[in-house]
Amino acid sequence: MASRITIEVARYNPARDHEPGVSSYEVPLRKEWVVLDALNCIKDHLDGSLTFRWSCRMGVCGSCGMMVNGVPKLACATFLSDYAPGPVRVEPMRHFPILRDLVVDTSDFLMKLARSKPWIIRKMEKPMDQEYFQTPAQLEEYRQFSMCINCLLCYAACPIYGLDSQFAGPAAIALAQRYNLDSRDEGASERLDSLSNPEGIWGCMFVGECTRVCPKHVDPAGAIQQYKLTAATEWLKAMVLPRGAK
Amino acid sequence: MINPTEYLPKSYHRRMSTYWWLARWSYLTFILREASSVFVGWTVLLTLVQIWAVTHGPSANAAFHEWMRHPLMLGVNVVAFLFVLFHAVTWFSLTPKAMVIRVKGQRVPDWAISGPNYAAWVMVSLGIAWVVLRG
Repeated sequence: MASRITIEVARYNPARDHEPGVSSYEVPLRKEWVVLDALNCIKDHLDGSLTFRWSCRMGVCGSCGMMVNGVPKLACATFLSDYAPGPVRVEPMRHFPILRDLVVDTSDFLMKLARSKPWIIRKMEKPMDQEYFQTPAQLEEYRQFSMCINCLLCYAACPIYGLDSQFAGPAAIALAQRYNLDSRDEGASERLDSLSNPEGIWGCMFVGECTRVCPKHVDPAGAIQQYKLTAATEWLKAMVLPRGAK
Repeated sequence: MINPTEYLPKSYHRRMSTYWWLARWSYLTFILREASSVFVGWTVLLTLVQIWAVTHGPSANAAFHEWMRHPLMLGVNVVAFLFVLFHAVTWFSLTPKAMVIRVKGQRVPDWAISGPNYAAWVMVSLGIAWVVLRG
């Protein structure tokens, strides 16, 4: 294995550049190094102005999502040796506005996430001294969707979101479904009102790439298809059953 | 609600390439699946024309069969058949994604949901083939 590898990093300084460019750096190629180690090496030793987000270094915080050779990846979970002999192209996540270098503006997602109401909604809260019990089987219903770390790789992989920024997107819908399936929650109809429309679940055309790139195996594509089935069933019930019988 | 983008500095917005669907195999198969809807529509239309021909006597039926023997029609229908087949396979692959069935707390594997769909498809196809080809 070669001892060094070239990293091509997309650079953009809003105060100076009209459009992003690319800078190349040579870093040591170590078996245990991930792309994030290479970026930190560049920042510490070669170019201190390189800007990128990172925090936990262990695939938990979801901060270091980037395009690595055109594929959305967590920089902390992507080994350099898998790309040897290189070069490795590192770019900001697709479909989001670039603020600087590898940092993107995720405000659009945060607004959409709030519309999904990803919290437990109760019609009537229990008194403070009473608990909400849940069996392991009830936990299993939604556990997979609760693994989402909001890294937004699914948005970078979704061409529908890239073509139509009004689309709520994979993670926001998967998180809505996570709470719909929670036995303690009573807010499914509220969420359905805000997500059963062309910008919500019906905007998804099941490309499936969101599920393939998800580092936590959340399967947002599955969550959306299940949500569609629920929405269609609810619509049918509203059409067939007499008013008030739902 | 406060718009969080209001106070952000200048940002660079990228445009998607016209040829984005060629960038990955999954994007290409997605586009082909969407395009297959045209051929599904064509097949439905052709079936309706065939029913019309059958109900309008032997001469209309013979004219329909003559039209179908044209090399151009044969070519179009071979392509349409392949696309309809592809469309059906993608549809059956979707069923385990949309339907979650648990037995004794365990989610049943994908093949246990798509398998019966494929089996029903084969049975119905064999039934239709028997009705059409028996006489």
